[in-house]
Amino acid sequence: MWEYTDKVKELYKNPKNVGEIPDADVVVEVGSIVCGDALTLYLKLDNGKIVDAKFKTFGCGSAIASSSALTEMIKGKTVEEAAKITNKDIVEFLGGLPDQKMHCSVMGQEALEKAIKKIKGQSVEDEHEDEGAIVCQCFGVSENLIRRVINENNLTTVEEVTNYTKAGGACGSCIPKIEDIIKEELNKVKEKQDAEVAAKPMSNLKRMQLVEETIQNVIRPVLLRDGGDIELIDIDGKKVYVALRGHCANCVISDVTMKNLVQEKLHEYVEHDIQVIEVK
Amino acid sequence: MESNVIYLDNNATTMVAPEVLQAMMPFFMERYGNPSSMHDFGGDVARDVENARHSVAQMLGADYDYEIVFTSGATESDNMAILGTLQYYRDKKHIITTKVEHPAVLNLCRQLEREGYSVTYVPVDREGNLDLDFLFDSVTQDTAIVSVMYANNETGVIFPVEEIGAFCKKRGIPFHVDAVQAIGKIPVDVNKIQCDLLAISGHKFHAPKGIGVLYVRRGTRMRPLLYGGHQEKARRPGTHNVPGIIGIGKAAELVMQHLANKDEVERIKRLRDKLEDGLLSQFANAHRNGNRDRRVDNTSNIGFEFIEGEAILLYLNEKGIAASSGSACSSGSLEPSHVLRAMGVPFTSAHGSIRFSLSRYTTEEEIDYTLNIMPEVVNQLLEISPYWDSKNKKGKLIGELAR
Ligand SMILES: Cc1ncc(COP(=O)(O)O)c(C=O)c1O
Ligand code: FES
Repeated sequence: MWEYTDKVKELYKNPKNVGEIPDADVVVEVGSIVCGDALTLYLKLDNGKIVDAKFKTFGCGSAIASSSALTEMIKGKTVEEAAKITNKDIVEFLGGLPDQKMHCSVMGQEALEKAIKKIKGQSVEDEHEDEGAIVCQCFGVSENLIRRVINENNLTTVEEVTNYTKAGGACGSCIPKIEDIIKEELNKVKEKQDAEVAAKPMSNLKRMQLVEETIQNVIRPVLLRDGGDIELIDIDGKKVYVALRGHCANCVISDVTMKNLVQEKLHEYVEHDIQVIEVK
Repeated sequence: MESNVIYLDNNATTMVAPEVLQAMMPFFMERYGNPSSMHDFGGDVARDVENARHSVAQMLGADYDYEIVFTSGATESDNMAILGTLQYYRDKKHIITTKVEHPAVLNLCRQLEREGYSVTYVPVDREGNLDLDFLFDSVTQDTAIVSVMYANNETGVIFPVEEIGAFCKKRGIPFHVDAVQAIGKIPVDVNKIQCDLLAISGHKFHAPKGIGVLYVRRGTRMRPLLYGGHQEKARRPGTHNVPGIIGIGKAAELVMQHLANKDEVERIKRLRDKLEDGLLSQFANAHRNGNRDRRVDNTSNIGFEFIEGEAILLYLNEKGIAASSGSACSSGSLEPSHVLRAMGVPFTSAHGSIRFSLSRYTTEEEIDYTLNIMPEVVNQLLEISPYWDSKNKKGKLIGELAR
């Protein structure tokens, strides 16, 4: 049994805005009966405003509740305002959804997005080209949808992507592709952060502080565990002078330890072009 | 009934019978001794354990009481049967089972595949009947064990285990039967089946959860899964779950009484048919999943086209009716039930399939109430469904059914 919030229960028991709008300005369909959930969204517009919204849904309790929530959220909003709604907003409106049911909120967002494209006169016909390749054949999930959901919800694992989009939840043959996409997206985030760091040159004081902290809190504990120790001798710009003490000093691999550990950690925690120099 | 809910989910678990609970009670606070102890306080309990073993042996038609091994449930019994056999026949690397087994067997086989075994999953037809010739043709020199369920938990369809048993005996291949869903519903006789191993679970026939049995025919070669004390002749060490064993023994007696009572057996079938026929005649979008005649009498699996199973269950739940579905959403996985997909049930109704399973405690009033409630539930969901044309009262699905 799922742990549904009272709001979800209320909305699947008594969904609002069920039905069709005979003279709707926009009708869009997402999902399919094969996938286990599908939503048809009807919108009536007046002067750039959504004056009425109705839906029909095939799906579980939370799919019905998400559809109902979506229609309530967009009614009375301008198209511009509605365009800002994400699946997160739908989840919030519902007071939360079980992890495995996040895809219900994504279905709502997908329908809305498709409707807005239609309103703006963008062709929905060539949507496949537009949405990028289909990654998950079982559920017809596109690469773009997966990328967007990863970014908007900070997803990091295949399991999460499956919960949000269903992709990977059936035969599983798309899982390697999903893993690649996650890696790419995570890399993009990291590159962006790196770029931000690189754009802002670090002050000498700040760098010294960071180097000291990193040696104290990250590097020393590791060396101490192996019976060694490290002492910070001097910092000159990006050059960091250190001495190895104890067990490590006699060890033939001390150089390797230096390069691989100290430098690696300083690159990771301080700056990527720090140079470590060993003082004997 | 002990509670207010209309409980039509007896293939998932059952109520503990009052007689069973009563039989168990003394073994918690009065006679709590360890049957392996040297003193009478424990030793006397051993006699009750052996009586319970005898009842289970009788229920299964076993020749010897010691062929009954108590376990924690059918998941353990299934694992013990298959793994224990493979451990003995280490040079054989092939397993035959079916596409529609319970996860207790299916997921074990998937894991064994990862470890280098090859597994043949015998298919079923549109009505859930096993492809026997396929099974017979799959046997090789390398086959270590054949494991087949007696009755399917989702559809109730009965497999021809006696034919498979005769075949395996002739070929000298160990044969394991998962009889969890057959026990208490039809007579189960290990000698008619000619199986070497057979698993049952107490909580499916009015004993408590956490007690099961593996029948191990005398002379069957296998190794234990667990190592420890000498209990169950070291085939399954660990201090006996005495209350559970007493409970499953009593439940076995009740099963024998029940099956001997033709009127009672007939009554359950009549109620099941009343429910099923009532639903099929009321709804144009409903159909039965599984062979009508070759199945246990308590189970009905109905597919409702154009509406989704979890939604149906949630609506039924609101009305105090407990049933279940093999559908995507409620089971946590996203594909519809592997059983229905193996049968080739189209997606239009596979997602909307509901299993009703009765017990000897189910009453006619409960079936009537359910029949009364269903139109409200189904129609409400059809109104919400994009695949239902409410004006013309028919589905509006076209090309999508295929796959
Ligand atoms: C056919 C079948 N096999 C095995 C099991 C597992 O039994 P247990 O719950 O005792 O582990 C079940 C119960 O769901 C079942 O229906
Ligand atoms: S292709 Fe994605 S689960 Fe099958």
